[in-house]
Parts: sequence; C-alpha cells; structure tokens
Amino acid sequence: MSALLTAGFSDPAREGARAFRQVLDAMAHPGRIVTLEGVSAPAPCSDAAAIALMILADSTTPLHLAGAHDCPAMREWVAFHLGAPLCAPQHAGFALGTWQALGELSTYQQGVPEYPDRSATLIVELDQLHNEGVRLSGPGIEREAWLNLPDPGALQRNAARFPLGCDLMFTSGKTLAALPRSTRIEVPDVCRR
Amino acid sequence: MSDYNFAYLDEATKRMLRRAILKAVAIPGYQVPFSSREMPMPYGWGTGGVQVTAACLVPEDTLKVIDQGADDTTNAVSIRKFFARVAGVATTEATAEASIIQTRHRIPETPLSEGQILVFQVPIPEPLRFLEPRETETRTMHALEDYGLMQVRLYEDIARHGEIARAYAYPVRVQGRYVMDPSPIPKFDNPKLNMSPALQLFGAGRECRIYALPPFTHVESLDFEDYPFQPSKAADQACAICEAADSYLDEVITDDTGGRMFVCSDTDYCAARVAARQGDAA
Repeated sequence: MSALLTAGFSDPAREGARAFRQVLDAMAHPGRIVTLEGVSAPAPCSDAAAIALMILADSTTPLHLAGAHDCPAMREWVAFHLGAPLCAPQHAGFALGTWQALGELSTYQQGVPEYPDRSATLIVELDQLHNEGVRLSGPGIEREAWLNLPDPGALQRNAARFPLGCDLMFTSGKTLAALPRSTRIEVPDVCRR
Repeated sequence: MSDYNFAYLDEATKRMLRRAILKAVAIPGYQVPFSSREMPMPYGWGTGGVQVTAACLVPEDTLKVIDQGADDTTNAVSIRKFFARVAGVATTEATAEASIIQTRHRIPETPLSEGQILVFQVPIPEPLRFLEPRETETRTMHALEDYGLMQVRLYEDIARHGEIARAYAYPVRVQGRYVMDPSPIPKFDNPKLNMSPALQLFGAGRECRIYALPPFTHVESLDFEDYPFQPSKAADQACAICEAADSYLDEVITDDTGGRMFVCSDTDYCAARVAARQGDAA
C-alpha cells in the first residue's frame, strides 16, 4: 500500500476538456509538443501520461502497464482513477511504459483491414521531448516537423502498415507529442549509423 | 450556467467520443464507429455534429453554428443556444472569431485558419451506400481499396448526362487512400477541404460514425483525366445583396410569376461585405 493516493482533476469536466483539446491538437499535428497540467501520478508515471489516460481510458479500455510502470502504486492509481482492467500487451487498448519496457510494436493490436481503428494506443515515456531528430511529414503537417523518436526503424515499419498499425503518444514530465500511424518518418543521413 | 455537466454529455461518453475522434484523426477519411447517444434533438438535426462538438469544447471556446451557410436559421440558432446554455461558451457569427464552427452542408467562404475546428453534420457517412446497401460489403470494399463501383457511377453520369451530375456530397479521396463523403456540401466547397489549415471533424449521429481530416491533408475530388472535377455554382450570377461574384449562391424564389434572386448562402460573408461597403461610403 502506498501512503497517499494522488488526486485527480479538481474540476474534471472542464480540466478534462482542456486536456483533451491539447491531446487532439498534438494528434492533429504530429510532432507538436503540448503541455498538460492538473494531475500528478505516482512515480514513475509522468503527469502528461497520467492526464492522457485520465481523459481517454476507463473501465471499457483494457490497459497494459509495462516494466517499472507495473508497480503497486500505479495499479492502485489506475484502479481508483480509471477503473481500467489491466491486461497483457496483445489485448491492450492503451499501453503505458518506456520504449524498452513496451517491447515489440507488433505484439499490440494493429486493427484489422475492416476495422483499422481497433488498434492499441501506446503512451511511451521518454526522458525528454524536443523538436529534432527525425523528419516527420504527412497529414497534420504543412511541410515538415521534427521529433526525437526512440527507434525510427520500428516506427517506420509501423507507418508502413497504414491503415493498420498502432498510434503513439510520447510523454515526458508535463509534455506530450503524438505520432499517428499516418505520419511518414525520415531519418536524416547525419543520424544514420 | 445550468445544472448540466459541462457540454451536456457525461464524462464516460466524452471519453468514448474522444477515443473515436483520435482514431479518426490517425486514419484520415476512415469512418470510426462510435456509440452515438440520444441527444435532446431529433436525428437529422445534427446529433452527430453536436456530440463531436460537445467532446471538443473547452470553456474558452467561441462557437459559431451555420446551417446551409446561414447563422440565423432554426437549426443553427437552436444548436448555438444549446451550447451557450450547457457549456457557457461564447458564440459568434463571424467566421474569423470562432474557434469551433459546427456546420450543416457548407464550408464558410472566409478562409479558415490554423487552430480552428470545423465540425460537419453528416446524414449518410458512407459514400458507397447508394451503390451497395450492405454495410458488410462496403466495409470490405474500403478494406480492399476497391472503389471501382464509384468510378463506374461517375462514368455512367458522363455517358447519360455528358458530365458528372453530382452537385453536392461529391466523393473525395483522402491522402490517396479512403474514399470519403464530405457531407452534403456543394461541390463548390470541395477544394476548401484540401490542405485546409483547420482540423475538420465529421459526425454522423444516426449512423454512428465519426471521421476526420487532419489539417494539411490531401483531399482530391474523384474525376477522370478527360472530365476533370469542376467546382460549380450558379453560372454568371452575383449576389443580389453584396454583389459578390466569388461566393456560393442560393436561388431565392420571390413571387409566383418566375421572379428570383441569387444571394450569398454564407450570411456572415455577405453581411461583412455589405458592412465594409457602407463603411467605405460613410
């Protein structure tokens, strides 16, 4: 048992609405870094990841906690604030963890050709988010956007499966950026080894 | 303010809608099924658009609602008052001042800007529905990217009428993948869908579907090389009120002896032009 359960939104309807608009803005503009505030979650979960879950996940969305995020404090927080059933990666609607802990993207639901929306959304915790690294283009991006991605190769393979594939949110502290499956990812030559 | 939850819907419903909207944005042009709720207005009055708007609204928003381009018709007035009451948001008739615009069957003439959200009310979201009534079949056709039937339909129009006869709800192809019904907007508005800086969301309440066009998405109206798409409007006419020659016009019958006039369908655009002209004259 953890000593204290952290609080949720003080005004759930309005703060939740503001948080969703930020997340929608991020998903509609891949690579754009937005700030989310109002909820803090137990370590190691970032505030942004906790808020994203709070406005999207509930008892109807199986959640996979990966690696260090699968700890008693987080399980209690999920049980109290979301009520989401915890599950294995292959059944998850949402998954939360570091890139290493989440493992292979292909383990998660990719959707089916008739229902590509039946796919997992992964919330990937990073040390930091900044607008450099790989070049992003596609829907939501006028010319180009840049974002530090953990494993461009795996994410390129995910994008190549469009319209199937996972959608991703990257979080660090109070910041969040999104990478839907529709985004094209290019690794500049200088970064290639 | 009222005793309703902010923006009318309960939080669990909003989460369901948010999940559908995010998947719709991630798969541009694909129709995401959602669990449409009964709203305090009948189907066909924009229940899909109202649910999408309710899921997106924040207290700081300024909302504009138009019906066939007009801010002052029953549907537009009642939805605007609904959200002023249940969400306490500011409302406007000026396109440029609005952060969210809910629309029935038009895209405003004033170009939209980045950060704005345009929410369409959609009666029949499936562009293939009148060609193939079975949902199982149209779903497979989208999965297989099998849009030959639609091309044949357009070809038959040319064979019969000498041109593609569809004037509204003209089918588009999104980012080279999904064929999408842009809702019954006149085909005059189709070019505005392409590479729009605004986020465009589509809600079909009765049919339980949400779909989306993220900003800067390629949207192409279906056509043939030798019969290219033509965004048309009433030929050689200008608005009888503001004299605009570049806006979409409604034909208004003025008597029973054949009298008629053409006026802007976008009332805000028309009124702003008249006000600017009066300002110049003064």
